[in-house]
Amino acid sequence: MSAAQSTEPSTPDAVERLVEPSRQPRGRRILTTVLRSRELAILIVLLLVIAAATLTTPSFLFSSNSWRDLLLTPSILLLLAAGQAVVVITRNVDLSVGSVLGLTAYLTGRLFIDTGLPVVAVILAGLVVGMLLGLVNGVLVAFGRVPALVITLGTLYIYRGVVLTWAGSDRINADDMPRSFLRLGTASILSIPVLTIIALVVLVGVGYYLYSARGGRELYAIGSDPDAAVLYGLDVRRRVLAAFALSGALAGLAGVLFAARYGTVSSGAGTGIELQAVAAVVIGGVAIFGGSGTVWGAAIGAFLLVTINRALPIVGIPDFWQRAVVGGLIIGAIVLDRVLANRTARKLTEAREDA
Amino acid sequence: MAATASDAPAGTPTLELRDVAKSFGPVVALSSASLSVDAGSIHALVGENGAGKSTLIKIVAGVHRRDSGDFLLDGIHVDFGSTSDSKAAGIAVIYQEPTLFPDLSVTENIFMGRQPLTRGRRVDRAAMHTEATALFSRLGVALDPRRPAQGLSIADQQIIEIAKAISLDARLLIMDEPTAALSGVEVDRLFAVARSLRDEGRALVFISHRFDEVFALCDTVTVMRDGEYVATKPVAETDEDEIVALMVGREVGDLFPKTPATVGEVVLEVEGLDAVGQFHDVSFQVREGEIVGLAGLVGAGRSEIARAVFGVDGYERGTVTMHGRPVPPSNPRAAIAAGMAFIPEDRRKQGLVTDASVARNVAGVIRGGLSRLGILTEGAENRAASPWAQRLAVKTGALDMNAATMSGGNQQKVVIAKWLATNPKLLIIDEPTRGIDVGTKSEVHRLLSELAGQGLAILMISSELPEVLGMADRVLVVCEGRLTADIARDDATPESVMRAATTSLEAQR
Repeated sequence: MSAAQSTEPSTPDAVERLVEPSRQPRGRRILTTVLRSRELAILIVLLLVIAAATLTTPSFLFSSNSWRDLLLTPSILLLLAAGQAVVVITRNVDLSVGSVLGLTAYLTGRLFIDTGLPVVAVILAGLVVGMLLGLVNGVLVAFGRVPALVITLGTLYIYRGVVLTWAGSDRINADDMPRSFLRLGTASILSIPVLTIIALVVLVGVGYYLYSARGGRELYAIGSDPDAAVLYGLDVRRRVLAAFALSGALAGLAGVLFAARYGTVSSGAGTGIELQAVAAVVIGGVAIFGGSGTVWGAAIGAFLLVTINRALPIVGIPDFWQRAVVGGLIIGAIVLDRVLANRTARKLTEAREDA
Repeated sequence: MAATASDAPAGTPTLELRDVAKSFGPVVALSSASLSVDAGSIHALVGENGAGKSTLIKIVAGVHRRDSGDFLLDGIHVDFGSTSDSKAAGIAVIYQEPTLFPDLSVTENIFMGRQPLTRGRRVDRAAMHTEATALFSRLGVALDPRRPAQGLSIADQQIIEIAKAISLDARLLIMDEPTAALSGVEVDRLFAVARSLRDEGRALVFISHRFDEVFALCDTVTVMRDGEYVATKPVAETDEDEIVALMVGREVGDLFPKTPATVGEVVLEVEGLDAVGQFHDVSFQVREGEIVGLAGLVGAGRSEIARAVFGVDGYERGTVTMHGRPVPPSNPRAAIAAGMAFIPEDRRKQGLVTDASVARNVAGVIRGGLSRLGILTEGAENRAASPWAQRLAVKTGALDMNAATMSGGNQQKVVIAKWLATNPKLLIIDEPTRGIDVGTKSEVHRLLSELAGQGLAILMISSELPEVLGMADRVLVVCEGRLTADIARDDATPESVMRAATTSLEAQR
């Protein structure tokens, strides 16, 4: 302490240096923030992957189908990643989303077969059921004080068990669902697939909430230091509950869209996709211990994950290495996070001690 | 929530607590605490470590609920179930350990949960930054409101807490040792702010161990001891000696029988140990058969020194030697090999595998020597453990009993047994009797005294003054990361130790 404070902390020079970042013009400040952001770094990696694949096989990008696939394939994962990001920001995790997706996807098919409800009502039903399943997670985590990892691992099996029992070896086929619904999964507006548009709308909504609403900011606060959040008088339980409900609702929506996109739903739909969602979030720069990251990063992470899986075979990389690359990406992202966090911490401390 | 808005008749104190009691399980934190704070005044709350000040504050803040007693705000009975209740009532608390969100910006930390909103219900970042900047210029500090809270010094974090409290427009502001980490300039600034808040008619509670500050800043002082109210005095009508006497005010009886032992050669020698932000230039020796007490206030850096000596944490400069041989830094294994044993403060967390059996715990450290072909049998564990358990009179039904189910005193004995099995030359023990009932306490003390008698060198950290005075052959006092006194047993009195522990660096500079 003595070294830091033996020099006067309030000399004009020191003040100047300390407040400097804020004195920068707004435009430049934003530019610096963007240039230094994790999101931009992953976006560049994503563009490189696309470029490499396109150079090897031009049809990866330049054919009407592949352009559609490029946007369409990640859409469902985008929804899951958005919900997952919100949960991870609060220092929790939701492993049950794959099972929720499977359950609501099958439910969608059954509703069309058994009830003949209009398309809008079926979509809403998927959303609501997903939200309820998410609420169960939320209640157990917020009130049971059990780590989310354990709770959602449990519900992952329970929800999947429900689908397995309900569906058995039954399978929903495209014929079971109305045309107008299936078109949702394939149609495009201005050459952008409808599914992608839906995912983008959700992303914008969630991103706006996280950045601009009090509730969104509180989610970051809770993840940054849950004990401090309690001392601040924040309603931690309600927020965590809401985060899980949102994640569930988005998984429910993803389930409905899964049915529309693929046309067939078996009891195994969406198995394992929860790990992709977590991976997308981590690659996208959302700190696994909560408190930082954006839904945009998670979205780009999801995009990267799916695109790499499609690009690697084209570039001629064998299956084993494809998986290894994804694994390396996850570990690399976490290591990068640690290194960057340590460097920032040191810089911030030094900035203060130099003053 | 205006500072002076109150329908209560003139003269009604802003805050009044009467005979408040609070226990945590079997541990009584407060037995009958009282405090009465008037509007437009600064009230000092003083007392030894563990006197119950922090618990009292947490009751006012709505963190804990009192078991019994009266709690009045402006003469009206209140009952807070959460921190948001107390906030709504206009109470702001600045804790000893700042509670900030490291990932969020300084500004967000100030306004979290009550950010100004634009018409579209969006968080108004521009307004927040303007207000934060205004707050900081009022406080006279140069802090970038946009930087994250991560990496800020404790002093800066304190400033943010104060800014938060001011922006809350609190009518009762409680500061739990706000100056502990501040430099002279910063303290002056804080005091100026505190006085201006008082002059606006707010009530302030100021907890501090620095008497010079209490006398410089406060109007009234309330002394607490062992969870009880002792006295309230106008600052103008009392002095330091009287307050120290009221704080310690109890006899150090023969509760702790330290039998004199022949002091042998130097076992541990620490020289010029330095870790930035934790402690500076720490040098001392511990000899065979000697119990050296490391006294000081909570947060003075005692545990940090012990952890560095044992190698749990690193240090930048200095040397640690055992029997003249240097011990490498940051290497607990080497420390154990050199003959050190370390029993940390929180034994549940750091010293004991509470879910494992007593035998396994005792045998834990010497496992390497017990296993045959890498396989550790329960029988070998039990054989190694039983002589120790017997010697320490651990009251467990059997050695395979789970350590978690034992009382604090017996747990402590298991931990001590665990380390004695390594046949150490030096035992570092942090808060040996915290959370232990009085009867078992003296047993732990008897044990330590006996071990010293057999030639073991003991470095004992304790926040309990009577324990230090009763047990230690020599008392080292730590204040703000520096050794401020080395007092021989015969010269050690509550007053001399307390004085050394509260002699702020400012006074020495």
